[in-house]
Amino acid sequence: MSLSKAEVENIAHLARLQLGDDELPNVIENLSRIIEFVDQLQAVDTTGVEPMAHPLDMVQRLRADAVTEQDQRDLYQANAPAVEAGLYLVPKVIE
Amino acid sequence: MHTKTLAELSAALQAREFSSEALTGHYLERIGRLDPALNSFVTVTADEAMAAAAAADRRIAAGEAGPLTGIPIAHKDIFCTSGVRTSCGSRMLDNFVSPYDATVVARLKAAGVVMLGKTNMDEFAMGSSNETSFYGPVRNPWDTARVPGGSSGGSAAAVAARLAPGATGTDTGGSIRQPAALTGITGLKPTYGRVSRFGMIAFASSLDQAGTLTASAEDAALLLGAMAGFDDKDSTSVDREVPDYSLHLNDSIAGLRVGIPVEFFDEGLAGENRVRIEQALDVYRHLGCEIVEVSLPNLALSVPTYYVVAPAECSSNLSRFDGVRFGYRSEQSGDLFDMYSRSRGEGFGDEVKRRIMTGTYALSAGYYDAYYLKAQQARQLISADFKAAFEKVDVLMGPTTPTPAFEIGAKTADPITMYLNDIYTIGVNLAGLPGMSIPCGLVDGLPVGLQLMGPAFAESRLLQTAHAYQKETDWHRQLPAADFG
Amino acid sequence: MEWETVIGLEIHAQLNTSSKIFSAAATAYGAEPNTQACLVDLGYPGVLPVLNVETVRKAVKFGLAVGATISRRSVFARKNYFYPDLPKGYQISQYELPIVEGGEVEIVLEDGSRKRVGITRAHLEEDAGKSLHEDFHGMSGIDLNRAGTPLVEIVSEPDMRSAREAVAYMKTIHQLVRYLEICDGNMQEGSFRCDANVSVRPKGEHAFGTRAELKNLNSFRFIEKAINFEVERQIDIIESGGSVSQETRLYDPNKDETRPMRSKEEANDYRYFPDPDLLPVVLDDAFLEQIAIGLPELPAAKRQRFCAEYGLSEYDADVLTTSRELADYFERVVASSGGDPKLAANWVMGELSGALNKAGLDIGASRVSSAALADLLRRIADNTISGKIAKEVFEAMWEGEGAADDIIAARGLTQITDSSAIEQIIDEVMTRFPDQLGQFRDGKDKLFGFFVGQVMKATSGKANPAQVNELLRRKLAG
Repeated sequence: MSLSKAEVENIAHLARLQLGDDELPNVIENLSRIIEFVDQLQAVDTTGVEPMAHPLDMVQRLRADAVTEQDQRDLYQANAPAVEAGLYLVPKVIE
Repeated sequence: MHTKTLAELSAALQAREFSSEALTGHYLERIGRLDPALNSFVTVTADEAMAAAAAADRRIAAGEAGPLTGIPIAHKDIFCTSGVRTSCGSRMLDNFVSPYDATVVARLKAAGVVMLGKTNMDEFAMGSSNETSFYGPVRNPWDTARVPGGSSGGSAAAVAARLAPGATGTDTGGSIRQPAALTGITGLKPTYGRVSRFGMIAFASSLDQAGTLTASAEDAALLLGAMAGFDDKDSTSVDREVPDYSLHLNDSIAGLRVGIPVEFFDEGLAGENRVRIEQALDVYRHLGCEIVEVSLPNLALSVPTYYVVAPAECSSNLSRFDGVRFGYRSEQSGDLFDMYSRSRGEGFGDEVKRRIMTGTYALSAGYYDAYYLKAQQARQLISADFKAAFEKVDVLMGPTTPTPAFEIGAKTADPITMYLNDIYTIGVNLAGLPGMSIPCGLVDGLPVGLQLMGPAFAESRLLQTAHAYQKETDWHRQLPAADFG
Repeated sequence: MEWETVIGLEIHAQLNTSSKIFSAAATAYGAEPNTQACLVDLGYPGVLPVLNVETVRKAVKFGLAVGATISRRSVFARKNYFYPDLPKGYQISQYELPIVEGGEVEIVLEDGSRKRVGITRAHLEEDAGKSLHEDFHGMSGIDLNRAGTPLVEIVSEPDMRSAREAVAYMKTIHQLVRYLEICDGNMQEGSFRCDANVSVRPKGEHAFGTRAELKNLNSFRFIEKAINFEVERQIDIIESGGSVSQETRLYDPNKDETRPMRSKEEANDYRYFPDPDLLPVVLDDAFLEQIAIGLPELPAAKRQRFCAEYGLSEYDADVLTTSRELADYFERVVASSGGDPKLAANWVMGELSGALNKAGLDIGASRVSSAALADLLRRIADNTISGKIAKEVFEAMWEGEGAADDIIAARGLTQITDSSAIEQIIDEVMTRFPDQLGQFRDGKDKLFGFFVGQVMKATSGKANPAQVNELLRRKLAG
């Protein structure tokens, strides 16, 4: 199965990955190869097979409602590319 | 000192044959001298290591030491380490200094372990050859023209070259076992949920599991004992007692039923590798094990299944790398969309982008059922095969990899060729089971690994089985040439 | 053509837990930016979510209160999209298997009629942070304190047919979550928010029209205005030959209009899948029973009981059960005054509510306690003071002048009930107004009121009105 340029561009858009024009042909080819490879699953009869979301046959543990985290803003924001007045800065958000 | 196993070093430190400072200094010296040829470390934390070693020596002097106090090890750079850069092998996190310790790191620290540094790895653990790292490929100490395997390639190469007596790793589809096999060391991937994933940068959450890379099974038992156990910060951590893995290492394995999945001995398995595996099985026969053939009929589905499930989970897990709160932000950023796309486009390498896109596709509208749901069903079939096999046998054995280490660049052109390298290791990840790789010989001077697989939480049994073999053979004591010729 | 409006609401109610749904950071409103955003809330590499038990309890409480099915097994999924206020690039929500399915509520419209509105589902999810649009050199600022605050999203059936019904439904849910004490209901702070799916269709048509999703409806007033605007907009489009496009629109209260949201322009493909960091939430009978036992009396039941037990009108019962606090206050007044529920109802709904409104206070912050009001009502019942004087006493109580009895004593407001004293005053009045007396006796009955007024004036309003009436009638007759 071969993916079209438009499909690959749409996927890259959804995933927020900028691809250079020089990269695109290679990405289309490799991605098509991978999809073709995993397409062999289509031939498997999975009628009535329960999907396995998780290797553990366990249920969610529930945590007590207690606040144990303290303010560590300065430490956490030390990794941020742009911060001002305690806020993370990003290019203008338009709603 | 470095020719000793971790267990032997532990005994020597307890006996005050040398200090942790001397030992740590020795490994740091080796790293400084030898690692330029291997590129197995991304970050060496020499000052912190010497300070931790001094503290360990004081604990030893005060009689407060445990078996790991003062033992230097390396952490795969996927584990968050407080105050130390945690890059995950990616440009995206090249400037990322973790403000916290992963549970694995914290537990080993509490046990007195000394961190030498952070090891190189495939970017975000996506790779089987360590060639996708932002910091360049790691070289196999047995032949520096060859890959060490991946993704825990830096940890494997470092231990194989005895730049550290042990290292942590993670295994999502074989990332501990495969590099262990290709570098002639012992790799252990525990049962999913045995070791906390908190602080381990996620690749594929339902598959990732932390484990050990060491010279021997005995060493693995020591390290795993300190790493494993319930963690209330990880919802997928299992609240189950951690046995003393060292306690029953020497128990006899006579009567052990060993299953040999016929699917592991397909046409893909190189002839000489097959011979080494069969020789290893002979050793087990000699030890009184009963070797029987079994079948895992859906094993062939494991690679395509994995390459849907893992990319799907990774496409979501890696969305947090958006240039807002940490990590790389493109300097070219225009508007918000542009900032995201450029930062991610420039911050991630090709393989990571490939997998994010594969996963995005598999989860996207109209394809979810055909790919993701289908893969989850196939995963159930594969898991059921393992369950059925373990009703008949105690452990499964087979090759870890189809071939010994390949040359750097040999498989980078085609992703599928690279993916198929994990054909024997992916199954246990999908089923969430424990697996090990132990060295079982050389082919053309390159190590070959025997893989041991067990039912859930059978780490003790696997370690015992591996240790029995290592008492009979000395493959695990063989070292690459001192100059990595 | 006649048009019919079809409305379904998605209400987001923040659950009033101490810590967040998946982390141990505080949820308090109004903290300095990003000081309540821990590593989990920030989506730091390597961190993992662990579910807060209280969020589950509160969602179950809601489900039980609307007669829904509580899922014994529910699953968290990831909703994937990029937005700066969404730190992980996905929101943890519930998709295919929500914790609450089905149920319904009864809404009461302004004309007193009632209607049932179905609930499709209610699920747990995490709130996002906030983008602040003040200009930081052309950039936006992101505050992630709110990220990870627990929400229950309550999705209604498309059962509402007018903006007023939508408002009534929203008020009903608002009242319910506050009765259940699962959400503080504070709309200014965004604790209770609503999106509306609005479409129109020709009356009689069964198929739904194309709907627009309206965002940012954060007050009862806005929701009504936004829906009315949107309905007009859609009818205009269709009547002028166009077609409504399915889109997300933002309500702008300043301009009183809706406009398309730029950030939602692209058709989103959320790529939902089960969150592998979380396991299925499985609830057993004991867990559910424990919650069921702890459920408070709900508004509808309380309303019925107030009518039956206190003999109140439906209207009075509705008003007094608006909030649990008000209903409790009323019941405490009735109990400690030991008197007439109707009198208590009138006072709570009249003087007390008026004073609270004027001062902008909630019942919980009332300056007159239920016990103090009960004391006052007892003095009316035992004829110490008249209802009219009681209002004066109440005002003094509200101003903090003390208990009813103290004020009555200090101001000498005790009612005059001594017949001979009242008769004496009547005699004086009759003497003072001989002309009016003559006219009255000539048949000008209307002057009776004049005499009552004069007697009350002479006693500064303290004479018992009933006695005054009776004695006057006798004396004037001669």
